[in-house]
Amino acid sequence: MARMRYQQALARALRDEMLRDPSVFVLGEDVRASLRGVTRGLAAELGDQRIIDTPISEQAFTGFAMGAALAGHRPVVEFQIPSLLFTAYEPIVNQAAKFRLMTGGQAKVPVTYVVPGSGARMGLAAQHSDHPYAMFAQAGVKTVVPATAADAYGLFVSAIRDDDPVVFFAPAAALGGREEVADDAGPIPLGVGRVHRSGDDVTVVAIGHLVRDALKVAEELAAPDADGGDPISVEVFDPRTIYPFDWAGLAASVRRTGRLVVLDDTNRSCGLAAEVVATAAEELADALVAPPRRITRADAPIPFAVELEVALLPSRAQLADAVRSVAAIGPRGALAQEAVR
Amino acid sequence: MSAADLYRTMRTIRRFEEQIVTLVNANEIAGVTHEYIGQEAVATGVCAALRDDDVITSTHRGHGHVIAKGADVPRMMAELLGRTTGLNRARGGSMHIADVSLGIYGANGIVAAGAPIAAGAAWAGLQAGSDRVAVCFFGDGAVNQGVLHETMNMAGIWRLPVLFVCENNGYAVSFAQEQATAGSLVERAAAYGMAAVRVDGMDVEAVRDAAGALVAAARAGGGPAFLECETYRFVGHHTAEATMGLGYRSDEEIARWRERDPLLVEAARLDAAAVAEIDASVEELLERALAFARESPRPEVSSARDYVYASGLVPREGVAV
Repeated sequence: MARMRYQQALARALRDEMLRDPSVFVLGEDVRASLRGVTRGLAAELGDQRIIDTPISEQAFTGFAMGAALAGHRPVVEFQIPSLLFTAYEPIVNQAAKFRLMTGGQAKVPVTYVVPGSGARMGLAAQHSDHPYAMFAQAGVKTVVPATAADAYGLFVSAIRDDDPVVFFAPAAALGGREEVADDAGPIPLGVGRVHRSGDDVTVVAIGHLVRDALKVAEELAAPDADGGDPISVEVFDPRTIYPFDWAGLAASVRRTGRLVVLDDTNRSCGLAAEVVATAAEELADALVAPPRRITRADAPIPFAVELEVALLPSRAQLADAVRSVAAIGPRGALAQEAVR
Repeated sequence: MSAADLYRTMRTIRRFEEQIVTLVNANEIAGVTHEYIGQEAVATGVCAALRDDDVITSTHRGHGHVIAKGADVPRMMAELLGRTTGLNRARGGSMHIADVSLGIYGANGIVAAGAPIAAGAAWAGLQAGSDRVAVCFFGDGAVNQGVLHETMNMAGIWRLPVLFVCENNGYAVSFAQEQATAGSLVERAAAYGMAAVRVDGMDVEAVRDAAGALVAAARAGGGPAFLECETYRFVGHHTAEATMGLGYRSDEEIARWRERDPLLVEAARLDAAAVAEIDASVEELLERALAFARESPRPEVSSARDYVYASGLVPREGVAV
């Protein structure tokens, strides 16, 4: 058992898989020098043909990975900047992710696209601050946004072993987080969420680095507030995989709490929170005692000045307000259990 | 490949495409298809230089490449008719037709998108210690897509065994090549440090010989190469164009190219009896293909979300259940 940073867990998962499976290789920009730290030391250890530096040609090296995958390899494509996925969207969504359907199941396309540092990171401005996971989920591409080091390890292993394209977003704001990762840690299946904290009153769905914020808010609200308001028991549910989403896990939580708030770092319009709230409204209406809420990134590009950047990102204060607002509706605690019966 | 075999492949492509036009116009094939009529010598000549384990990536105008690489014609016909016995189980149709087991990594609906896929496959061949090559077919319209140039550069720096085959039929849909493209195609390719050759794309033996030399060099470790085939499509960009009256080409221009019909060029090298025998056997193949397709089952509507994921994941429906 070792306590390690998220970024170290990613590096360990990649190295473990490369040692286990000779068909795994990495390509991307500056991966030998390892600007993002995920591939550090691997070129020296495993050779230049398994850690491949590419020219600045995102469309071509993304499509190249698909060709290598069809020919039996298991490529991992690293993108230094989340917004590069806009350039690579065609080869991922329109080529790799549709190939199996288009060919009637003739082939698998086991490519992992990894962004070790997605989302805003204070001062990188509009073109380096996106966190574009929802647009892959919207296109039906398997999409993972792990929140913690252990989840990053297990889900990266699963993504690499998966026989379909998987986009893996490591949130920049989560990379420094530490967690115990077992020496014999294995894969964590895609599509299975994690309850980080159990609670009875409100389900907070939080994604990626926002899990930490949700846990802080849950902690605050567990104590009576300054005005003598009742404590609120918050359950923090992390889907971990955005597509396929753990709808059963969500339903199990919301059916117990009767309330839902989604904390999501994608734009408000057509974002992931919109999908979660819409699905809950359609499929869990009988369990909801309060209208669901969502706290998201604003519908705007990230401006440069840090206070402007922060103003557009989802915040703990917004989450705490939303949780209080839904908790104020309907019976809670023992009364709620009574109502459910 | 003998002259008779070259002619047989071209005749198969030509008659397949003519039958497709009829079937599209009769609404027996849904959508539109992009016919290869006039360009048969390119696919046939290039694929004559290939082995079964070589890889090709194709285009929206892909039937010719797929036939020349050896795909089963009845199963192609079934695919275009949307039958479960089709190569792609009725999931691909004309624009995505593929047979991965024969190294056919798909026709493609996006111009130049097959280029990096071919390069990745070529790299994989090198890693496996094989001397197989990958051929990327594309039209003159693709030479102005960035991803083609990105890929030619990557193939150049990594000396990948990729043959870039440009079928210059003079038009990107309606836009004339000389209006769309600055400079010369072969000079552009040569700038990436690869052999770049222009050949008469209406003469299948010239194409076969040029491609054969470039493929042999690539197999021997010579890196990528570029082959520009000067050709022409005798019909519209797609089936529907016949009724659109676009008028971007003159009847005289079409007639002039038809004089150099690649089937006539090659038939002239065979005796008439051999040509007649091949023609008859091609008719028999296509009748059998169409009968097979028509007798094959249509897909079950309940299977519409099948084959999306290798893991067995089934996508959600569009309505809550």
